[in-house]
Amino acid sequence: MVPAEIRTAIIDILADIAPDEDLSNLNDDQSFRDQMELDSMDFLDIVMELRKRYRVQVPEEDYVQLESMASTVTYLTPKMVAVA
Amino acid sequence: MPQFPKPEDLPDDQRIVITGLGLTAPNGNSLKEFRDSLLNGRSGIQDYEIRYFGKTVAGICDFEVKRHQSRRDARRGTRAGSVGIYCAREAVANSGLDWDNIDTSRVGIYVGITEHGNVETESEIYEISKFDYDTSVWTHHHNPRTVANNPAGEIALNMSITGPHYTIGAACAAGNAGLIQGLQMLRLKECDIAIAGGVSESIHTFGIFAGFNSQGALASHEDPTKASRPFDVNRNGIVVAEGGCLYTLERLSDAKARSANIIGEIVGYAMNTDATDFVLPNPTRQAQCIRMALDRACINAEDIDIVSTHATGTGMGDVLECEAVRDVFGECNNTFINNTKSFIGHTMGAAGAIELAGNLASFDDNTVHPSINVDELDPQCAIDGLVINEARELDRVNYVFNNSFGMLGINSAVVIKRM
Repeated sequence: MVPAEIRTAIIDILADIAPDEDLSNLNDDQSFRDQMELDSMDFLDIVMELRKRYRVQVPEEDYVQLESMASTVTYLTPKMVAVA
Repeated sequence: MPQFPKPEDLPDDQRIVITGLGLTAPNGNSLKEFRDSLLNGRSGIQDYEIRYFGKTVAGICDFEVKRHQSRRDARRGTRAGSVGIYCAREAVANSGLDWDNIDTSRVGIYVGITEHGNVETESEIYEISKFDYDTSVWTHHHNPRTVANNPAGEIALNMSITGPHYTIGAACAAGNAGLIQGLQMLRLKECDIAIAGGVSESIHTFGIFAGFNSQGALASHEDPTKASRPFDVNRNGIVVAEGGCLYTLERLSDAKARSANIIGEIVGYAMNTDATDFVLPNPTRQAQCIRMALDRACINAEDIDIVSTHATGTGMGDVLECEAVRDVFGECNNTFINNTKSFIGHTMGAAGAIELAGNLASFDDNTVHPSINVDELDPQCAIDGLVINEARELDRVNYVFNNSFGMLGINSAVVIKRM
């Protein structure tokens, strides 16, 4: 997957986790928490969905990397480069 | 047997009244819709299919989840939680309580359940089966969804209620048990408003269908609306249903102070136990439970206008309950007997609360709704006063009696008096 595809994958996951949110104007450089109502269980949902959908493991010490869309895509790019 | 004071002699702060109710049943999402279905023979049973078990029939609710819950919260929570939230919010709206100015630390939530957690556990096992049973994909939502207080806790979260909340596990007597708990907590001043009754999400667990089927107790019929047929000679088991009904209960003194509309007073109640069998009921203990509720209300069997039976449509269960009802009410010429499961199936933890609600409407319309689907009455279920297939109008309805029994020999009864 290239960064643009990873971004789409994350948007799909967010749309399932927060179905009431409008994700069309998401600012990639701003933290998710500042733009959306996400709590710790929601972040665990992102980690879980990455594991289930793409078999990507995000260890607990790396959760801080999922702060914004930009940081998430940067963090996941090397991990998902081999994902079809 | 203790001597109980007459309910009307109790001080007003010991008299507990129903001031509101909210419900979702397979044939109605408000008391008005539900009552209309009960008086017009409208069943809520449909064809249904569930993972592993396959095709069957069930009572399915179509209430509007989004009316009181965000999609996000509905996804995070359980079906029982959504049912509970809908019923609690509708009950409060119906009660006329000034909710924005209520001290919610004085509100208690007491929700009867038959079972909880099966739905989520089955779903997660199905999910991990797609991952070669890798438990690292087991959801972190599992525990908050399956703790036994979940349905009550979701109501508390949704409505910002900070008083006590818990569920009452009481098999299919749970709806009555929730009401009784609410009444007791009000009398003990543990809360000022009780949100009490029962909920069921049981149609979403295949295990309950498979279990009843293995027991030879799951109903089937080519026409789903005919599948639930208590007292009929051709009944062949239980139709599983989902639903919920929660009441707002208050002390009479508080209800009077705010000039609340009072639906009825809980004047009698009882719970006891067969202690004889896991599944088969014991009519002697059921009759004892019914008499205990009458004793608490300080009334006689002939004072009761309507007896709402628990009968589920199983061969033995119906006959044994009829034996108990005949034993207590057999000599009463003006007591009428009906059954709600013939319309909606068995709403499990909600059954007692929903079935009572459908009959409380009789205080307004003085009509006894019938049991439907009795094409040929089983002679063993032929109790005097049974209202079959057609509603019956009375001059006045003063007392409704509600039976609710469950597995492991749990029996419950409540008596509601018109105010």
